[in-house]
Amino acid sequence: MSAADTHIQVRGLTMAYGSRVIMQGLDFGIARGGVTAIVGGSGCGKSTLLRHMIGLLEPAKGEILYNGESFTAAGTLRRAEMLRRFGVTYQQGALWSSMTLGENVALPLEQYTKLSAQDIRRIVQLKLALVGLAGFEDYAPSDISGGMRKRAALARALALDPEVLFFDEPSAGLDPISSRRLDELILQVRDSTGATIIIVTHELPSIYAIVDQCVFLDAETRTMAAVGSPAELRDNPPSDTIGRFFRRDAEEAQPA
Amino acid sequence: MQQAGTIETTLEDSGTVTLRLGGGFDMDAGCADSAAAEAMLAQGAKLLRYNADRLENWDSSLVAVLYELEKLAAAAGMPIDRSALPHRLAGLLAMAASIGNRAGDTAKICNGPISCLGAQTTEAWREMLRFLDFAGNTTLALVDLIRGRSKMRWRDFWAVLQNVSVEALPIVVLISFLVGVIIAFLGAVVLKKFGAEFAISYLIGYGILREMGAIMTGVIMAGRTGAAFAAQLGSMKVSEEIDALQTLGISPNEFLVLPRVVTLVLMMPLLTVFADLVGIFGGYLVAVSMMGVASGQFFIGLDFVAGLNDFALGLFKAMVFGVLIATSGCMKGMQCRASADAVGEAATKAVVLSITLIIFANTIIDWAAAHFNV
Ligand SMILES: Nc1ncnc2c1ncn2[C@@H]1O[C@H](COP(=O)(O)OP(=O)(O)O)[C@@H](O)[C@H]1O
Ligand SMILES: [Mg+2]
Repeated sequence: MSAADTHIQVRGLTMAYGSRVIMQGLDFGIARGGVTAIVGGSGCGKSTLLRHMIGLLEPAKGEILYNGESFTAAGTLRRAEMLRRFGVTYQQGALWSSMTLGENVALPLEQYTKLSAQDIRRIVQLKLALVGLAGFEDYAPSDISGGMRKRAALARALALDPEVLFFDEPSAGLDPISSRRLDELILQVRDSTGATIIIVTHELPSIYAIVDQCVFLDAETRTMAAVGSPAELRDNPPSDTIGRFFRRDAEEAQPA
Repeated sequence: MQQAGTIETTLEDSGTVTLRLGGGFDMDAGCADSAAAEAMLAQGAKLLRYNADRLENWDSSLVAVLYELEKLAAAAGMPIDRSALPHRLAGLLAMAASIGNRAGDTAKICNGPISCLGAQTTEAWREMLRFLDFAGNTTLALVDLIRGRSKMRWRDFWAVLQNVSVEALPIVVLISFLVGVIIAFLGAVVLKKFGAEFAISYLIGYGILREMGAIMTGVIMAGRTGAAFAAQLGSMKVSEEIDALQTLGISPNEFLVLPRVVTLVLMMPLLTVFADLVGIFGGYLVAVSMMGVASGQFFIGLDFVAGLNDFALGLFKAMVFGVLIATSGCMKGMQCRASADAVGEAATKAVVLSITLIIFANTIIDWAAAHFNV
């Protein structure tokens, strides 16, 4: 990966809640326009890493750079400008339940642009259509299915034409068909917006289907165990844990 | 900032509309003007084509406009040729045009004022039936309990009991004291006009024992405990805990509702006894210190007018209110929809419903008491 291609760079990152260190010594780069997965066992700190990357948590040590510019060291104003270029879908969906889907997508536009109400309505219609929810502007989040909520959250994340899209376990709680559909949608979004995509996921099928690069976090050593493409990590696993993770079906086939 | 990009439209004789995109399109500058293109599409063209030779940068502000135009074209059955568009722009438009979920017509409850009034009235009626149904089921569970055939959880019973008695006492005492003071102030203003200060103990005695003691305790418990019941059962409903009980063949009515109703019915009268005592004490302080009523005179007056029947009427009311509060709280909790914000809604509805019922029940009991000279 040449330096020019690197969109996001994580340097010497240590993450901690108070004095409890979750992960340390994270060092990796993410290529522009690629799909990168953050993988690892439950509770190893994947969501925590994501929250560091979008500024909800501050690094205990190290820094995160976007386009070569430090996000960690940026002042409040500069940070807000950088945040505008991010789109995030959260693990729990996090659609605002008191607003309609249309209002959910409109809020980032109202916050960051001076578009007229009419223009906002047009863009909202487009974003909902992009995720296959055309005509659902006036629905409340509680009126639609789980898979539709995930896609509505994606529409909201897409509102401001983000350069970086973050997904925290997008297919958690979805049936295989909805989950496949969401994978396809993510690929379509990558192709047509060119956004760099970072996705936290456990789903091996998703990983093999859409991911270019995996960052594997190891809960035991509290550090990043490997970076590489899913096929590489499966065929030449640097450690047993990683091998087991990527050959989960093989392990399950063995008698207990 | 003015939008730099333009959409020029040409209509050829063959019926082909060409949208010529020029310049840069930026969300900060608003969406491009598309009125001319819309008008041309409405004239019955045969094919929609693009020319993007002079297109510079673009973002969603352009895509949104093109998406709208394409919808018009598609509605007119016009084929669309996106081959001249940049790869990504064409991809986005194709993505938006692909059919996803279809939004059904949201069912309207009513249209027009008369129909809405009717719908609301029937809804109020149904709500009353639901309340009676729920209260009936709870009564049946109670009968089962008394006949020793039901499985109320006594551990729950004691936990709820503590919550609705000792833990509620401080706030009940505080409010009742202030209500006694307020009634005395009221009496001070009115009675002084007639030189009838001695009658202050009548007002306080009747007012607290028959009405305010029970009502204020009821209102406090509705806000404190009724809402808590609704929130507890509501969140159990959301996390499917109630379903889990039902599939085990355990009636949530016996298991969850009964302990709550029974404890509140038992404890409301006790709380009211405290409320009565403290309320009268508050009134006494005002009467003695501000109105110059002699202490002995106050108590003689109190004893002269207020009897055991007034006190008993207050306690009876308190029991009725206890049933109403616990039943509305539990019912709203059990009716909670399965989403997180529904829990707050259930709590609010429980408070509104129980206070309304308290005031109604109080009116009816007062009327009956007057009728039978209690
Ligand atoms: N707000 C918090 N305060 C303290 N510890 C937390 C907090 N959030 C998460 N943790 C802990 O950090 C670890 C990583 O959590 P998380 O990043 O959510 O894991 P996951 O990889 O499953 O997304 C877990 O052990 C969790 O208990
Ligand atoms: Mg997580």
